[in-house]
Amino acid sequence: MIARAIDNLELDFNKVVVVSGIGCSGRISGYFKTGTYHTTHGRAIAFAEGVKIANPELEVIVVSGDGDIAAIGGNHLIHACRRNIDITIVCINNFNYGMTGGQFGPTTEHEKYSQTSPRPIGNLEHPFNLVKLAASSGATYVARWTAVQARRGTRSIEKGIKKKGLSFIEIVGACPTEYGRMNRLGDGVEMHKHLLEVAEIQNGLPPHEAELDYETRIVCGEFLDIEKPEYTAVLREAQEKVKE
Amino acid sequence: MPERVMFTMGDIASAEGALSAGCKYFGGYPITPATEIAEWMSLRMPELGGAYVQYEDEIASITSVIGASWTGVKSMTATSGPGVSLMLEAVGLAVMTETPLVLVNIMRGGPSTGQPTKGQQGDVMQPKWGSHGDYQIIALTPASVQEMFDQTVQAFNLSERYRTPVFVLADETVGHMRERLVIPDEKDLKLEYRKLPTGPPEEYLPFKADDDLVPPMALLGSKYHFYATGLTHDERGYPSDKEDVQIELITRLNNKILHNADKIIDLERFMLDDAKICVISYGTPSRSAKKAIKDARSEGIKVGMLRFKTVWPFPEEAAAQIAAEVKHIIVAEQNLGQVYYMVKAASGSTPVHLMTKPAGMPQLPNEILDKIKEVDSL
Amino acid sequence: MARYEIRFGGFGGQGIVTMAVVLGETLSLIEGKHCVQTQSYGPEARGGATKSEIVIDDDEVDYPKVQEPDVFVAMSRAAYLEYIEGLKDDGILIIDEDLVDVEGDLSDGIKIYKIPATRIADKDVGAKQSTNVVMLGALAAITGIVSIDGLKQRVVERWPRFKESNLKALEAGVKAGEGAEPSSA
Repeated sequence: MIARAIDNLELDFNKVVVVSGIGCSGRISGYFKTGTYHTTHGRAIAFAEGVKIANPELEVIVVSGDGDIAAIGGNHLIHACRRNIDITIVCINNFNYGMTGGQFGPTTEHEKYSQTSPRPIGNLEHPFNLVKLAASSGATYVARWTAVQARRGTRSIEKGIKKKGLSFIEIVGACPTEYGRMNRLGDGVEMHKHLLEVAEIQNGLPPHEAELDYETRIVCGEFLDIEKPEYTAVLREAQEKVKE
Repeated sequence: MPERVMFTMGDIASAEGALSAGCKYFGGYPITPATEIAEWMSLRMPELGGAYVQYEDEIASITSVIGASWTGVKSMTATSGPGVSLMLEAVGLAVMTETPLVLVNIMRGGPSTGQPTKGQQGDVMQPKWGSHGDYQIIALTPASVQEMFDQTVQAFNLSERYRTPVFVLADETVGHMRERLVIPDEKDLKLEYRKLPTGPPEEYLPFKADDDLVPPMALLGSKYHFYATGLTHDERGYPSDKEDVQIELITRLNNKILHNADKIIDLERFMLDDAKICVISYGTPSRSAKKAIKDARSEGIKVGMLRFKTVWPFPEEAAAQIAAEVKHIIVAEQNLGQVYYMVKAASGSTPVHLMTKPAGMPQLPNEILDKIKEVDSL
Repeated sequence: MARYEIRFGGFGGQGIVTMAVVLGETLSLIEGKHCVQTQSYGPEARGGATKSEIVIDDDEVDYPKVQEPDVFVAMSRAAYLEYIEGLKDDGILIIDEDLVDVEGDLSDGIKIYKIPATRIADKDVGAKQSTNVVMLGALAAITGIVSIDGLKQRVVERWPRFKESNLKALEAGVKAGEGAEPSSA
């Protein structure tokens, strides 16, 4: 979706920077033939902010997982949203720490099983709704799609890239080998079929109503597209004001 | 800009040193006793067309500095020990991805929150051993306001030349005292910049080093594409779990510092020519030591000082050489012994005495003088 | 001149740190002397006793902090009690007599000068915030450690908007310093 979005927008590839953190999506940045950087766990957004501020001409895209962005990197996410800095964050949510073998994380639903919330205990905690989190933290473009809604997802990523401000796009994916197996959700094909079944498109719905219940209803769509002063633009104005 | 003279703090001298070195990005988080650097930068950076960005924590601060550096902008952060503790993850990433950056640590009392407004030299081992894995670091130890400026410029030069994070380790006294500072005319400053790749982009190998063990650095937004990762990687930048790739990479990363140690290490020799006792010191305690040595000399004691302006890479050869020349070594540092153990390891059979002070006030000259007399009577 | 040490003590808001900084700026930038200024940091700087110090030398200053001050300028009782220790036996003690009483055992050799700096700033200058400049004028007149012309130049450079009141404060302080008779404890 990201590659297609860049292609559709006919961006100069040299001016695109792709940044990732640690996890199943960590290697994604390396699949792009441009300047790419694979940070430590949770730090992709912080790195991306430095890049964008130091060179606002670059299109900076962060692609990472739910554990990376919402747990260890959660603080960076909410503050980047608050600053409304012009980067595009694509968060692939597979509901668990997949690469380390399937432990529960910040998006694992209550009572679901994982390697660290085993049967018969289940997850004691409750998940973040990432769309609500990003919107309430100050992002100016927020959307959610499932991995099977590739065209719509791509279009949202295009919009996110074009948006002068922080864009947050959640892509709900499946982890059949760990999370799916432990919660008996079927194989990859079954899980993706299920995503399509429960995805409910509600463009323009207020973000705080964008519910996500894996079993019954995953509200998808574009929930926020507003205008607010963007960080690097405001910084440029400040530089002009005090220029020596 | 022509030469300027100020009467100012070490913290501010360091900030001005960074600006003179061409630093255009500061990512930071306020912390005593380094806040004056952030405060100064918050106006001076935009004045000079740069960015002062205050992050949500020290982790984001330094990680953003790495990002900014990869766009080709000289970048830095400044903090104190508790902040460094959080930053060490990213120091390792900067070492691994060979990212030039400068980190100024105004050292306060520790461990933990310790004594925020009081100085100490408790963080000397921290930059070298604090991040995980085998790596080398560069750390400079200024002892005056002028050196805060000069050595911050030097820190940028070294970080650019060797593509590595460089620490400026200043105790709180040096950071907060005011002295005369001469900022040289910009055309008198020798500034270095990282090597950039040349040649066809399709043949570019981002982590293939030249003879100096340093690879040319592609910048984000250029036609040279790369994938940089904290994972062990080969010359192409591709991750690898092969043994030979790990050995080759970490050996080169270590050697690019160690093999250039003589070009990095900066020492001051003070009254050492006929000395029988050598005081080894750095930062504010070295100023007390100078006074103590002058007083001891007036009493006929042959004593001098080897002052470390660089603690990492450790001046091992210089320590070994002086150990062979004198009868005793005294290490005077404002902690319970950190450089002491390194000196001891380098000094063979020459006795090394520790003169500690793990508290807010550096050693007084007469306290060091007493130690010199005590050692002289052995 | 050998090493010479001055300590300023008072409460937050009196401009104790600024006094030492302005003195340092004058000595260093105008008179070309070697000097180092330091100060106490921390909770005590918010209302309690605060101190600021300066060490002057012909040659490079080695140890940067004051050990045994030649001069102690005390502008609050708390600061007097907290920082009087260490003043040289033949040192100079300058107090704001409306705020500080000489207490405890002081060496007979200490010369005590009483300067009502706060009152002078308030009544004669008409600007209470110039108390520290009054005291600097008195210090210069009493010790001769810094030239009065140098101080004038510096306060004007530093605060061009308050040129008039600061020069008035400085002159009033110099006059008070010249007229003050030393006593001993």
